[in-house]
Amino acid sequence: MNQTSEASDAFRVCIEGEFTIYRAAELKAELLDALQRAVAIELDLTNVSELDSAGVQLLLLLKRQATAQGVVTRIVGQSPAVSEVFALANLSGYLGEIAGPVAGENQK
Amino acid sequence: MNLDNIVRGFVAESRELLDGMERDLLAAESATLDAETLNSIFRAAHTIKGGAGLFGLPHVVAFTHLVESVLDALRDGRATLDSELVALLLSCRDFIGLLIDSAEAGEVSPKEEQAQVGRELLEQLRAYLPTLAEPGSEPPTPAAESPSIVAGDPLLAPIASNHWHISLRFGPDVLRGGMDPLSFIRYLSSLGTISGIVTVFDQMPSAEQMDPESCYLGFEIALSSEADKTTLESVFDFVRDSSSIRILPPNSRIAEFTKLIAELPEAADRLGEILQRCGTLTERELDAALAVQQAELPIARPLGEILIQRGSVHPEVVEAALAKQQLVIDHGRSQENRTIRVDSDKLDRLINLVGELIISAASTEVVARRARMPELQACTATLSHLVEEVRDSALQLRMVKIGSTFNRFQRVVHDVSRATGKDIALVVNGEETELDKTVVEQLGDPLLHLVRNAMDHGIESGELREQRGKPTRGTVKLNAFHDSGNIVIEVSDDGGGLRCDKIRAKAVERGLIEATAELSENEIFSLIFEPGFSTAEQVTDLSGRGVGMDVVKRNITALRGSVSIASQEGIGTTVTVRLPLTLAIINGFLVGLGNAVFVLPLDVIEECVELSAEPAHDYTNLRGQLLPFIRLRELFGIEGTPGPRQNIVIVKHGATRAGLVVDTLLGEFQTVIKPLNKMFNQVKCINGSSILGSGEVALILDVPTLVRQAAQVSTNN
Repeated sequence: MNQTSEASDAFRVCIEGEFTIYRAAELKAELLDALQRAVAIELDLTNVSELDSAGVQLLLLLKRQATAQGVVTRIVGQSPAVSEVFALANLSGYLGEIAGPVAGENQK
Repeated sequence: MNLDNIVRGFVAESRELLDGMERDLLAAESATLDAETLNSIFRAAHTIKGGAGLFGLPHVVAFTHLVESVLDALRDGRATLDSELVALLLSCRDFIGLLIDSAEAGEVSPKEEQAQVGRELLEQLRAYLPTLAEPGSEPPTPAAESPSIVAGDPLLAPIASNHWHISLRFGPDVLRGGMDPLSFIRYLSSLGTISGIVTVFDQMPSAEQMDPESCYLGFEIALSSEADKTTLESVFDFVRDSSSIRILPPNSRIAEFTKLIAELPEAADRLGEILQRCGTLTERELDAALAVQQAELPIARPLGEILIQRGSVHPEVVEAALAKQQLVIDHGRSQENRTIRVDSDKLDRLINLVGELIISAASTEVVARRARMPELQACTATLSHLVEEVRDSALQLRMVKIGSTFNRFQRVVHDVSRATGKDIALVVNGEETELDKTVVEQLGDPLLHLVRNAMDHGIESGELREQRGKPTRGTVKLNAFHDSGNIVIEVSDDGGGLRCDKIRAKAVERGLIEATAELSENEIFSLIFEPGFSTAEQVTDLSGRGVGMDVVKRNITALRGSVSIASQEGIGTTVTVRLPLTLAIINGFLVGLGNAVFVLPLDVIEECVELSAEPAHDYTNLRGQLLPFIRLRELFGIEGTPGPRQNIVIVKHGATRAGLVVDTLLGEFQTVIKPLNKMFNQVKCINGSSILGSGEVALILDVPTLVRQAAQVSTNN
């Protein structure tokens, strides 16, 4: 399941499995909780198997909330499923280019 | 909602649409193509494409899209439907069916050999498409309109960008309804290229109030696509009610964007920025649009009005389209409410249980009679009456119309006509006739063979028909009707008919009959059902390998049916198949022979009379007519002497009647048919067994065989 671990100064949120409506309530709580813990959040989406609109909304919510609170968010890894959605809805620009090694270049 | 169910629904719907498409294509070929049929074909392709898009089957979308383009060309009169094209479209239909089959099996991409077939078909389809490049086929391009209007009012100027602009705001319940807005975007991207997209979530409330299961998303999309407006609108059929969807055609006027901006919930500046980011509006166009906004000019003209002003849509067309759509939806709903799909295994189980129920009701009745309690007997009488009704309605559930089986042959006839170069029409009658589902399923192959035979051997070539003074177009007829508990299916053709001498010669050559044997015409005809018999001068792909009619006969006999043939040389041949309506339960009539009890199907019994013949004779005088009969005692070798009064049960099969001599008549009985073990396959005159109320086993008599035997005996005498 989801692992949250504190690296040096950034708080890392690692979401695994489905990032969809089925887990939206649970993940919303988790993401908002993360916002209270650190001034920087690293989102690891390397092991997300599926991302739907509900998941996208939560990412957008996190980003908006983080910006309002002055918290920096960064996506440090994304699975092909995530890359596909980001490319489809053109979200990479807003949510932040990934800094991790997993590239989404194989997407159209 | 369960996704599996939706996919299954899609598969089932697609199959129905494909069947409809096949019917329409065949109808279109045989008659002149009317707009209604063409539209119906187009709609079928279009709906499948739409569904496939939603379920992530891009290869189906891609393939269907090209089919649709060709159909569109037909609709616009840029191509004509000849038999070549019908054949091609039929192959395409089959291919789509294949793709749907593999989609059902869970394959999201085509197999290599499928892809190969697909490419070949696409290649052929493209041959019809160069004409598409002509003007008029492009999506509406108002740029072609006279530029003089544009000069005056900047609002009426078309924008420079030549892609569709789609503005989506999904309703809050879309996610809960099981739909994912992203899937619509995915589908759109299969219809064209999304050149710009901005995700809008300005309506999302603050973190505390945001419900993670509500949808707050919107999209502004610039799409370059060849699709027409209806196609694009139909993408959003599932969410049209709950969401707001605005689709602006390429090169729309700036005024329409002004209106769009006014209607959307977000602030004008923000929207302007979004539209610019999509690449839909240039900065100058945006300024023009916003300038009007700020000046608060009365620009709130309804979109429809603008469209009408532009001359692109007529109000009547819009209204008619809406009314029609509503009708389709209503019709679909009422149909849905009236029928349910049930697993046929469940039905089989029900029938089995009803069978057991009948047996145990019968034994209860026996016990009640023995107990001599009038009250109990009254109860069991009511009970057995109810059981009878339950049986009838349970069997009714399994009854299906034969029409769909018949209509499958339209395609066969079409294909064979092409393959053999004969012009053949199929005429179908009695499609409404119902029979047991199991029977229908097992009837397909034998009927297919009979139809093919009729076309291949029956119908002569066009020249020969002309020589014989017949119309060049041959006819194959399929007819079905009910006749005393049986269903009768006739396959007839107006071809050359069977040639008695030829069949006879062949039968002698094959050692089936003696050269000197005296046979009636009917007996000679029935020789063609013997194994290893074929008189076709030429072995073709279709039939003539001598493994045809005997298999047909075997299959039909296995269904407790019979097959006969009538023919007139030069005029045609009719093959008649008689089948019992159901395989499971019949109304039976019990007769006694010594200690044994036998069952006769009640439907075949005409009457019962007392035996009044001389002991040596095997026929009697029934109201002035000669009636041959069979002494069942002798036939089954039952020992002992019969009682003083024997009876004749007169049974009828087809047009022939015969008597069966029995000891006693025991009355009606609900008979649950239990098939005999394979060991008894060779036993003649018996075709099943049943369990009586007393627990005894009764054998069911095979009436067709008995009647035939009696008729043979009488002719030999």
